[in-house]
Amino acid sequence: MINVLYFARLREQLDTESEQLDIAAGSTLADVLTMLRSRGGVWADTFAEDQLIMMAVNQEMTEIDAAVSEGDEVAFFPPVTGG
Amino acid sequence: MNYIAVQKEPFDIAAEQNALRADNPGIGAVVTFAGLMRDMNEGDQVSSMTLEHYPGMTEKALAEIVEEADQRWDLLGIRVIHRVGELNPMDPIVLVAVASAHRGEAFRACEFVIDYLKTRAPFWKKEKTPEGERWVDARHSDDEAEQRWQR
Repeated sequence: MINVLYFARLREQLDTESEQLDIAAGSTLADVLTMLRSRGGVWADTFAEDQLIMMAVNQEMTEIDAAVSEGDEVAFFPPVTGG
Repeated sequence: MNYIAVQKEPFDIAAEQNALRADNPGIGAVVTFAGLMRDMNEGDQVSSMTLEHYPGMTEKALAEIVEEADQRWDLLGIRVIHRVGELNPMDPIVLVAVASAHRGEAFRACEFVIDYLKTRAPFWKKEKTPEGERWVDARHSDDEAEQRWQR
């Protein structure tokens, strides 16, 4: 299981703050995204290939090819706008 | 001494500068950037704003930025405060204050920290306009500002 968090616009569009997901050994963020897209509807739209999505594993910003392992905290969010 | 805070409460810019330079007679320069909430954005009136963040990661991201600034320049203290929650026009949103012996290091480090914060710290602004609420879009100019520091 991994814990997946959604923030800001994504959290609102998906109407989900967080969830637990089962992943196969050797998964990457790309696999998680494929799983989420396969739900269709707003999930497919939010994570469509042309959407600019930032991602983090265990609270470190990373790229789509990053490995994900059991117990990880994964987060998806729009480009940041602080400051 | 470095200090990082993510907080709902307002902060006092002068008090933060004083705290940064307290008890260190070696400090010859303090450069402060204060980011304030404007009442206009993209041509629309903005009446208030909500700042969301990713608790845990935000503090970590800020700590990494501060540490990198410390490695790049010879500094005597960095203070970063970022507010979250409800904000109104004229409210201070963010403070970056940097102390050093001479001004050059503090000027450069201060700009570096705010440029990196803008693109790397997980905060999101949602603003209230007469047409309703909307998420603020990231600016391309912020990415360019960050890239100036890449090496």
